[in-house]
Amino acid sequence: MKAKQLRSFIAAAMMLASGQAAAVDITGAGASFVHPIISRWSATFAEETGHRVNYQSIGSGGGIAQIKAGTVDFGASDMPLDTAALDEHGLVQFPEVIGGIVPALNVAGIEPGTLVLDGPTLARVFMGEITRWNDPALVALNRDVALPDAAITVVHRSDGSGTTFNFSDYLGKVSPEWKEKVGRGTVVKWPVGIGGKGNEGVSAYVRQMPNSIGYVEYAFAVQNKLGYARMKNAAGKVVAPDTASFQAAAATADWAHAEHFNLLMTNAPGAEAWPITATSWVILHRQPKNPANGKVVLDFFRWAFEHGREQAIELDYVPLPPALVTQIEAYWKAEIRQ
Amino acid sequence: MSSPIAIATRAIDLRSRADARHDAWFRWLLASCGLLVLAALLGAALATLWGGREVLFGHGFAFLTSAEWNPVSGEYGALAPVYGTLVTSLVALLLAVPVAFGIAMFLTEIAPAWMRAPVASAIELLASIPSIIYGMWGLFVFVPFMARVEPAISATLGRLPLVGGLFQGPPIGLGLLTAGIVLAVMILPFICAVMREVFQAVPVRLRESAYALGATTWEVVWHIVLPYTRGAVVGGIFLGLGRALGETMAVTFVLGNSYAITGSLLMPGTSISSAIANEFNEAVGTHRSALIALGFLLFVVTFVVLLVARLMLRRLARREGA
Repeated sequence: MKAKQLRSFIAAAMMLASGQAAAVDITGAGASFVHPIISRWSATFAEETGHRVNYQSIGSGGGIAQIKAGTVDFGASDMPLDTAALDEHGLVQFPEVIGGIVPALNVAGIEPGTLVLDGPTLARVFMGEITRWNDPALVALNRDVALPDAAITVVHRSDGSGTTFNFSDYLGKVSPEWKEKVGRGTVVKWPVGIGGKGNEGVSAYVRQMPNSIGYVEYAFAVQNKLGYARMKNAAGKVVAPDTASFQAAAATADWAHAEHFNLLMTNAPGAEAWPITATSWVILHRQPKNPANGKVVLDFFRWAFEHGREQAIELDYVPLPPALVTQIEAYWKAEIRQ
Repeated sequence: MSSPIAIATRAIDLRSRADARHDAWFRWLLASCGLLVLAALLGAALATLWGGREVLFGHGFAFLTSAEWNPVSGEYGALAPVYGTLVTSLVALLLAVPVAFGIAMFLTEIAPAWMRAPVASAIELLASIPSIIYGMWGLFVFVPFMARVEPAISATLGRLPLVGGLFQGPPIGLGLLTAGIVLAVMILPFICAVMREVFQAVPVRLRESAYALGATTWEVVWHIVLPYTRGAVVGGIFLGLGRALGETMAVTFVLGNSYAITGSLLMPGTSISSAIANEFNEAVGTHRSALIALGFLLFVVTFVVLLVARLMLRRLARREGA
């Protein structure tokens, strides 16, 4: 603590001595998914540099609208913008942190991590085509698990969310029927099930209702000690949701060919990759309205990529793989006027 | 030189002219307070109408008659939320009104004097509990409880002829009935507080005359107190109904948030205000317009419900007068 205070004092003194501009306040707005980690980062960043980052968790849609209008220094969205939309408003975007989405379940006698699901089966459960836990499709994937003869209660998000966006994107990639009948969105028309508000709502329902299955961000499954399933990924291998498999998904996703990082990491090809991995994008102006603030925004994320990794892991996020960070920094040089 | 009388008259004249001026100012002040309410109401209605114009006028009657709500394909029909709003509010009223009436009657007619004030303040305190607290209580305490008793409800009430279908479904604890009960608990204090207040205002001589004629407590309440206070009692019920129609957070937690119209009260549904609260944050374009249009629809639904209730009241009064 003392060392920290001393460090910030020295930092402040150096700034004064070098006649640099005083602490800058930058503002960001958008996805609630990244709110916890940006708050944590900004607290430490403020201690070390004196610059404050205020982040308003107003939802991805709001974040995009605010950065387009230029009322904030950066926006954050769970959905990437396409090149046309970025060019129209002079914007650039890059991923900032990775998270995993896990199927959470509550079935008596099934220990967390023992049930195995694959994409098409998961899609059929959420379409209401598989209605009982001892359905042949589930039994075929789980020869060693005693599945009860009980009806499945499906739980989904009721509020618009990036989690739903990525989850429905994944189901669409593995099930043509899902793609055709339901599609992809922050809110979709769910064929069956009940809706919980937020990750906490879905977690609460799954914990309370016997024989239910839902989907939540990994952090919520861990913190609420929910049962979760392992997944068979695109390579046909069964993987468990953890930092390693999320990072494998990020590492094997084809970022190099994704224009403006416009790529959803779901159903990533790697052998160890968790299939429902998601990220959140930071959106900036190509030419910052306020150059001093624009510089601090980049400093903040450069600092976070380098020094914020452990804090991300503490909060059950996964930091970006180093190769992706290198690519992002090259992108900044090429795209943003500094 | 004016006489003392003339001076006095002038003073009085000045005074009354000032009074008249002040009266006029005061009237304007009061009138603008009243107009402010109307302006706010009209402004809110027009703002939601304008915000929802894309869907209200673009989709036309489909918005009112379709039960399809699909943001991915851009189809928006308000039937399921409207249905959920009306059914949960109706269940809440059916449960809350008799209980509120019983409490108010107990407190004004039967309870010993030392008990009245504390219980009355307790009811008023209940009214001030924020709805999110009811939502959390509903989610963590009441929903698991309902999940346990729902099989028993299906096995008993579900077997009844005619109404049996209302009580069949999977025992998940969430749904229209649960939301209706939570709403009933929420609006009970409002209705009860109004009833207690107006029951107390019934002149003592009316009550005592009836007792002197040998009426029982029930007869006094039913034939004397209730007819005397009917307008105010109905007003209290409207107050509760208004809150039930617009309630958001508590309903969102226990209703199940599923865009479905079902015949059973044990099935999940959705309501206008919870649909807005759920989806507004991430909605853009037509989706946002559809949600604002839902807000406008809530105005219309509330207005129609209150209008129908008022008409029924008027017919009742006319029949009694004849």
